[in-house]
Amino acid sequence: MEDTIKVAGGTGLTADDIKSGKIFLTEDSLDCAYAWDTGVAVNRYLAELKQGKIIATRCKKCKRTMLPPRLFCELCFIPCSNWQYVQDTGIVNTFSICHVHWDATRIGKDEKPHLPAVIEIDGASEGMGIMHLLGEVDPEEIKIGMQVKAVWKPEAERTGSIIDIKYFKPL
Amino acid sequence: MMRKVAIVGAGMTSFVRRALETPKELSYQATKVTLDSCGLTLDDVDCIAHGTAPDAFDGLHQNGEYMVDGCGGWNKPTMRVYVGGGTGIHAVVHGWHHVASGLFDTCLVVCEEKMSSALPHAQAFFLTIFDSITERPLEPNLLWIFALEMNRYMERYGYTKEDMALVAVKNKQNGLKHPASQFSEKVTVEDVVNSEMMAYPVSRLDVSPVSDGAAAVLLASERVARRLTDKPVWIEGVGWSLDTAYWATRDLYYPRYTDTAARMAYDMAGIREPDKEIHVAEPYDPFDYKALHHLEGLQLSPRGKTVELLRDGHFDIDGNLPMCPSGGLLGVGNPIAAAGTMKVCELFWQLRGEAGQRQVPGNPRRGVAQSWGDLMQVSSVVVVGN
Ligand SMILES: [Zn+2]
Repeated sequence: MEDTIKVAGGTGLTADDIKSGKIFLTEDSLDCAYAWDTGVAVNRYLAELKQGKIIATRCKKCKRTMLPPRLFCELCFIPCSNWQYVQDTGIVNTFSICHVHWDATRIGKDEKPHLPAVIEIDGASEGMGIMHLLGEVDPEEIKIGMQVKAVWKPEAERTGSIIDIKYFKPL
Repeated sequence: MMRKVAIVGAGMTSFVRRALETPKELSYQATKVTLDSCGLTLDDVDCIAHGTAPDAFDGLHQNGEYMVDGCGGWNKPTMRVYVGGGTGIHAVVHGWHHVASGLFDTCLVVCEEKMSSALPHAQAFFLTIFDSITERPLEPNLLWIFALEMNRYMERYGYTKEDMALVAVKNKQNGLKHPASQFSEKVTVEDVVNSEMMAYPVSRLDVSPVSDGAAAVLLASERVARRLTDKPVWIEGVGWSLDTAYWATRDLYYPRYTDTAARMAYDMAGIREPDKEIHVAEPYDPFDYKALHHLEGLQLSPRGKTVELLRDGHFDIDGNLPMCPSGGLLGVGNPIAAAGTMKVCELFWQLRGEAGQRQVPGNPRRGVAQSWGDLMQVSSVVVVGN
């Protein structure tokens, strides 16, 4: 059957085309800096993390206990006025064992793989996960459904950040 | 009252790892070949709907404005849409509005992506997709979310890495027959499973490549379409949806955003039983598992039964519901925004019987294309028919 697809252009380059000087390049790099205000709800979340506690907001209409805490419930679209402490334990909803840095470079031979996970926090509504890291665990041993507990930085080192929790380790 | 809208022309550049051409030049090449495909010139185009994904890839703020000359947008009503990987089909939906509303008789939809300029790797620029306060301090990378989703999806239904690899093998095999494909080599399940482990369960060949390229379609009102061609391909339904940005609070095993978007498009198209009424499907496949995940969201396969159907050949070119006959992102390439539009081009060619060696047998009369993006939360869906 005749292929009548219309294709034009998109000329592939090889590394040699560039190395040999056949193709010119111009280069630049950007150094962007930001300082983000943490907002009404998350500011309290961070303040509580600094104290070694996890706090959620509760919607009085749908009764969800939500993490991270919110100024408003995105489903009911009403303010979340109730604060509620939740546990610093949870269940691994899913995880990965990552051998790649953020810029796609590979981790070094003596560097450990990164262990991101979605953790459903005990005391929050079902399915209410946060992204965090796992630690003190053999990657081969990680299972979905595993119970984990937060490992906090020493109080003096906490800054009011999600990384005041170093990682979650198996219970 | 909405007017009928047809696709009357389609075209694209080759997808390549690194293109000589600039974004503007790639846009021009796809635009020009599309106009030529239906015998029109820029004077016949009333307006432009264009798309390109993150500005950060190009290091050009407001990249849409930079592209405008290549899209034929000079001095015309021109509007860019951007929903990450969803852009390529969302731009078609956007163009559909322009013509369906009655405001314009023709609309050129052009999507372009040049990922190779970003150093050391385009993936780095997705870092800024994560919540700046509650997630970024964890130093996440884009692969994490796909790996987390793939793992959850596989666990839920007991699918294996070998099962997922079958999609990469099949799509890449289809792509070998696509004249714009970036690839020339066949891969096997063993190749995929044994390729470098990047972020368990994601191995390197589970992932589509980094690409440069552009693709375009020309949309026309019924009056103009009937004059231009005796084989118009009608846009019968469009749908789109954005799920919550609190992505860790959705259960990742099911793409709710795709479900919502698909139902919207099927309702508009009057489709009640999509698995019977759709003859060819182009679900978004930046990762092999994603094609299956999206087929379930598109209501084209029962949840948890998709691997069984895949193994039975149900989604082969000569199966009951051919999936990604183009080769998809895994088999043709993945210049983000352009990849979605490429899928609409494919349906146009398939429904006109012009897909050459990739032609789905039995004169397919109805197809669906879907793209996905943002923080794993958007789907855009287009249903076409003749
Ligand atoms: Zn609520």
